[in-house]
Amino acid sequence: MNTLEFTLVVALGSFVAGMLGSLTGLGGGVVIVPLLTLAFGVDIRYAIGASLVSVIATSSGAAAAYLREGYSNMRVGMFLEIATTVGAVSGAFLAGYLHTSIIAIVFGVVLLYSAYASTHTLADPPAGMSPDRIATMLRLDGSYPTSDGLKSYHVRHVPLGFGLMYVAGVLSGLLGIGSGAVKVLAMDQAMKIPFKVSTTTSNFMIGVTAAASAGIYLRRGYIDPGLAMPVMLGVLAGALVGAKILPGAKVRTLRIVFGVVIAALAIEMIFQGVRGKL
Amino acid sequence: MTDADGGVAVGGKVDDKSVEIFLGNLLRWGVLLAALVVFVGGVWFLAESYDVPQNYRTFRGEPAELRAVPQIAHQAMTLRPLGLIQFGLLLLIATPVARVLFSVLGFALERDWMYVVLTLLVLALLVYTLTSRAGD
Repeated sequence: MNTLEFTLVVALGSFVAGMLGSLTGLGGGVVIVPLLTLAFGVDIRYAIGASLVSVIATSSGAAAAYLREGYSNMRVGMFLEIATTVGAVSGAFLAGYLHTSIIAIVFGVVLLYSAYASTHTLADPPAGMSPDRIATMLRLDGSYPTSDGLKSYHVRHVPLGFGLMYVAGVLSGLLGIGSGAVKVLAMDQAMKIPFKVSTTTSNFMIGVTAAASAGIYLRRGYIDPGLAMPVMLGVLAGALVGAKILPGAKVRTLRIVFGVVIAALAIEMIFQGVRGKL
Repeated sequence: MTDADGGVAVGGKVDDKSVEIFLGNLLRWGVLLAALVVFVGGVWFLAESYDVPQNYRTFRGEPAELRAVPQIAHQAMTLRPLGLIQFGLLLLIATPVARVLFSVLGFALERDWMYVVLTLLVLALLVYTLTSRAGD
């Protein structure tokens, strides 16, 4: 393939990834690295660099709509960004020392977890919980709009959530993904934040987390303009189209199909990693 | 004291909601501007080197002029296509950084000094990653 053909094919693949990622809420980033490494034979370091850039684009592009709806909690986001950015920097440094096969295997395992998590919808925590001392001190409690007006909530288990967010940051910096699944785990499961609030706040945080590791990847020379260009433009265009057709889409079926595709890619990543081919 | 939007009530007009809407627009325009620069650089790059065989199988790492902020800016100013793309990507990375910067101002206007400090911590880390030589 010459450069023009390669660019067009990568842009098309990224467009589809971005569209599916936005329709299913999983983000396009999770399939960019397997797509580039397994289908196009791109070195995993270039693939991660390009993926990180696309993660920033979709996260920041979607944040505008989310912010206007009033679900996201700025204080929760900013407080937890301390954990995710420090984690992202650790992950990006780690990526420079780990063998690419190890990174591929870790990627596959995280991908498998994301596929599993995507098929499980979590119930909102019960209302009327008592306030948490640390959350009160940090003024993390908030409220969000529902059909019955504003509903307030209390944030729980702040240290556990903070620790999980550090892990999410490490994975984001190491693998070039948004780590949305781990972020939701931290906010929904550990901190008992309502689902709508945690997904929108998580989306808001993903861009900042990815920017922290992208800076390091850029300085290390892992971000190649010729490769990142079609990936970023493709994923962004795909995400925008996905958001437009989302209201009429059969999301449930799509989530299952996309979940199966992700699981298959995950197993292939682990397999190739073990064989030392990535 | 917390008002209905989850912001601290200080009697002024600035609250979380208006800050969030401003930040949302900032992010969107930042991404669109970055995408435009990347697109222009990309079309130019393809026009010049469309039939060059590419190889991303072997990792070589980018040359020094496409790694650090001042060099990338210089490449973009002298209108090198790859430099222009890289400058667009730099604008994209700068978009969330700008969001954090404006969050500092937002929290300051709300007189929430604890969050001014916490947000400055995040900002310092982001600036460090883009400027430090530790990763070289």
